[in-house]
Amino acid sequence: MNTPTPPAAPVIGVLALQGDVREHLAALTGAGAEARSVRRPEELAVVEGLVVPGGESTTIFKLARIFDLLEPLRERVRSGMPAYGSCAGMIMLADKILDPRSGQETVGGIDMIVRRNAFGRQNESFEAAVDMAGVDGGPVEGVFIRAPWVESTGAGVEVLASVEGHPVAVRQGSLLATSFHPELTGDHRVHRLFTEMVLSARPQR
Amino acid sequence: MSSTPNSTSAAAPETGTARVKRGMAEQLKGGVIMDVVTPEQAKIAEDAGAVAVMALERVPADIRKDGGVARMSDPDMIEGIIGAVSIPVMAKSRIGHFVEAQVLQALGVDYIDESEVLTPADEVNHSDKFAFTTPFVCGATNLGEALRRIAEGAAMIRSKGEAGTGNVVEAVRHMRQIRGEIARLKGYDNNELYAAAKDLRAPYELVREVAELGKLPVVLFSAGGVATPADAALMRQLGAEGVFVGSGIFKSGDPAKRAAAIVKATTFYDDPKVIADASRDLGEAMVGINCDTLPENERYASRGW
Repeated sequence: MNTPTPPAAPVIGVLALQGDVREHLAALTGAGAEARSVRRPEELAVVEGLVVPGGESTTIFKLARIFDLLEPLRERVRSGMPAYGSCAGMIMLADKILDPRSGQETVGGIDMIVRRNAFGRQNESFEAAVDMAGVDGGPVEGVFIRAPWVESTGAGVEVLASVEGHPVAVRQGSLLATSFHPELTGDHRVHRLFTEMVLSARPQR
Repeated sequence: MSSTPNSTSAAAPETGTARVKRGMAEQLKGGVIMDVVTPEQAKIAEDAGAVAVMALERVPADIRKDGGVARMSDPDMIEGIIGAVSIPVMAKSRIGHFVEAQVLQALGVDYIDESEVLTPADEVNHSDKFAFTTPFVCGATNLGEALRRIAEGAAMIRSKGEAGTGNVVEAVRHMRQIRGEIARLKGYDNNELYAAAKDLRAPYELVREVAELGKLPVVLFSAGGVATPADAALMRQLGAEGVFVGSGIFKSGDPAKRAAAIVKATTFYDDPKVIADASRDLGEAMVGINCDTLPENERYASRGW
């Protein structure tokens, strides 16, 4: 406790099977983390927190299963590793998908049901200002791309933001998820919030 | 869902913005987009891990074989594919045929490919892509062509390659050309960028942006001739952020297996062991055509201006 030097930058991985990995790496670096790509179990084992990026949730799930990452991911989330998912990443962190493709599973961890592509197809994709609890300094620019929303949540889940009455940002313990893509905006406040969550999850000595 | 494209209120949801269009392509990175001609093929592609499918009536290899005018696909066929899968669905319009593009937008496709694989409808002008909510991907053989398409509103670029040949040589040529020109721009000082823009026949602002970023301002995929897992990994190592595979999958002996193998090799493009494993026991690859025996009027890459 009470160390005079600031804590070392947390090592945060970005699941790099498919999706907007580079943008998340840049946002995490901007938020003060040491960011790394994660494609293999041994790379997952050494990170303190993990971002599951935007992308295609069916593709990310299939690659995670083929390359033996699905069980290690579930194990680390179960044992308390902080994780943040945007868009497809939100789907991967949900305990349940309302309308899964045949065989599609998730890592899980957040007690919620999500609806894929809930806001519509690409023609309905939109930007909107989103007031998000836990993020100071005004609304964040929400970029919603074929975005999911949260259909229902369990008792332990805090809804941080909603759009048109549907939750689009949630937190449960050290797990965070957004329907939208802060990594595309250059505003690093959501990644800073997650970086702080990773720091505060470090074992206290 | 409210749609207010011209709203001045920051709080109102806005559709069809550059960030939403380009951001969609960012979500496809590291992935494989597969040509499909039926809902059954679309499901095979989705099950294999494709990030999107391109719905068309004939794959490029068959367009070559059949000849005649190649046009936008039948709306029933596109809707059948949209209904069959949950991943994004793209479809092709002819170059400059903005009414085909209007139809594709009305059908709800997620991306429009203004494609040289179809017979061009206008030999001077491409479609004004800012006029659409649906984003566009366009082909390019060099940096100037890529920047002209972006200036017209393209939200994603693919190197053209030579579609329907199963021969990766032209894809390599175009990717090296684009990446090489970007690398040279990075070395230019501000005085030189004006002349570079003139030489590239592209807007100065875009040229400067590329020089600063060291990359295109939109996602760059590769297309045209990818037939094997190693081809896909090659294009990624050369700088493609993902790959389109046209005839290479459904003109091969075991499409489901080959599709899954190309997906694996695209993700682990820098790991030869994974590529080796993915390359085993795939059955027949598509036969392929030697590009140096293709007559000039059968080269699709020279379409577009």
